[in-house]
Amino acid sequence: MTATLSTGTPARPAPTPRRAAPGRDERTRKNHPAWFLVPAFVVLGVFFFVPTIFNFVYALTDWSSFKASISFVGLRNFADLLSSGTLLASLRITLVYAVLVAIFQNLFGLLLALLLERDTRVNRFARVMFFIPVIMSALAVGYVFQAMLKPDGAVNGILGTLLGTDVTIPWLGSTTWTLLVVALIHSWKWMGLSMLIYLAGLKTINEDVLEAARLDGASSWRTFRDIRFPLLAPAITFNVATALLGSMNGFDIVQATTGGGPARTTELLNIFIFRTFGQGLFAQATTMSLVLFVVVVALAFPVIRTLRKREEVL
Amino acid sequence: MTAQTAHPSALTSARSRATRPTAGGRTGSWRTLQPIVALLAVVVLIGMPLWIVVVTAGKTQAEALNPNLALPTTWQYLENFSAVWDQGRLPAGFFGSLLIMVPAVIGVLVLGSLASWVLARRSTRGYAVLYALAISGIVLPPAVVTIVLLLRQLGLAGTAVGMIGVYMGMYMSTVIFFVTGFVRTIPHELEEAARVDGAGPLRVFGTIILPLLVPVLSTATILICLYVWNDVFYAFFVVGGRLDTLPLNLFQVASAGLYLNNWHLIFAYVILMSLPLLVVFIVAQRKIISGITSGAVK
Repeated sequence: MTATLSTGTPARPAPTPRRAAPGRDERTRKNHPAWFLVPAFVVLGVFFFVPTIFNFVYALTDWSSFKASISFVGLRNFADLLSSGTLLASLRITLVYAVLVAIFQNLFGLLLALLLERDTRVNRFARVMFFIPVIMSALAVGYVFQAMLKPDGAVNGILGTLLGTDVTIPWLGSTTWTLLVVALIHSWKWMGLSMLIYLAGLKTINEDVLEAARLDGASSWRTFRDIRFPLLAPAITFNVATALLGSMNGFDIVQATTGGGPARTTELLNIFIFRTFGQGLFAQATTMSLVLFVVVVALAFPVIRTLRKREEVL
Repeated sequence: MTAQTAHPSALTSARSRATRPTAGGRTGSWRTLQPIVALLAVVVLIGMPLWIVVVTAGKTQAEALNPNLALPTTWQYLENFSAVWDQGRLPAGFFGSLLIMVPAVIGVLVLGSLASWVLARRSTRGYAVLYALAISGIVLPPAVVTIVLLLRQLGLAGTAVGMIGVYMGMYMSTVIFFVTGFVRTIPHELEEAARVDGAGPLRVFGTIILPLLVPVLSTATILICLYVWNDVFYAFFVVGGRLDTLPLNLFQVASAGLYLNNWHLIFAYVILMSLPLLVVFIVAQRKIISGITSGAVK
């Protein structure tokens, strides 16, 4: 490994003594030819980078399905979206949704991992069952919950039977709480994946360390708080980062449960993009897509860096 | 703490074997209670929603108006399944999804591993920059609107080729990230041996490297299949209305069905479309679960 790292520094002797360093450099070039990169980078370039660059260009135009020509309008799209309040509203909703999902998906995943930690037959069965939502289509999950959470749906029915009264909570009709409900559904769908990652993380913790803590008389809560939780840091980094990215790019579950309603209080950036694109307002959709891009860049990197730093402290 | 560990070590190991994975020093009552709690959680959190799907899909429209836990009075799975089979163009959706997923996954894995091998083995500053660029797509969201514009300019709008390209572009970064990390753990000597025998780079890659990549590639395959098979957002923009995929057709069935309160048809469709992945998962669950966990944590 270190040998390759220093390819090109002539001072370092090559593994085969007969060869001089420049010769080895050339051999590396021949053994691992650069053209192997070309197909992957062509695909990345055409289908990923060029559209991303276009994003910055077309957000500044009046591109729409109503006009044949596309002309430059400067920052008018941003000004329009800002003054109508849509931009900040969608942005706030997306961020709140992402934070809620990151919290609940990790909380549920961690609780499940701790509950199903022992390698018994029951636990293996339970792990498989909790993974089923992960392989289901998010759209399908959304429709199932829409049916269950109707005012006269199954959830209210069961609550009513348990409480002995009629329950008609409009789970998906509240302008305040529906965002939370939808975030919980998103967390339900993906908690099985977080659970698996946490289970893998728990397995890497040395049994002797836990035994030592036990002999010291530490309670299970203290062992968890002071030893197991800190040692889960890599799993937490992975899970929080994927949950944040997944929910910032969220669409299916919200579209299938509320479609952005009631009164657009669950309209994530991607729902807005989908809706305005459908109306033919391509430039507005592009502008929002650019906003999403900038927000993800601005948020993801600091979050990942902070989480990584926490790992290093250990 | 370390001092404590060191003391009567015989006792420690004996005890740890006796109480093995009771991580956290739980008492005996928890050991008997835990399976009950676990099963209860499965029944309430997973069993109930799935049960509602299964029973509602067998009901008549009137009975399915408010989906609940009750069994159907008359079972009509066949009628409902055949209704969505035709109305939801289920066969077309299935083959459409397959037609897009298979080439996209194979393509992204082959091209991604080819690039990863070189990125892992060559490490000048230029390659470090290329690597950073190549994995940037893990974090960056795809520019979904302008992809449509670009595909129109290329004449690929609404085609399977366009959709395949978009998925390959989206997941290339994930593949390169996973595979490059894995290649770095493969010793150089293995390649050298083949090279001494006169094998060219393509042969070395195909006969030495690729077979060693199987574990990491199977993890990537599972995850990417999951995302591509279930994706509806990007499919809307690229092939919406032009090609059938299972999620796109579900959206159509549901959009019409919600309006008409056809929950029985929506749920019948959900069952049929989930079956292929569910069967694959149940058959290979052990491999899939261990594949995902080994791939994700480092």
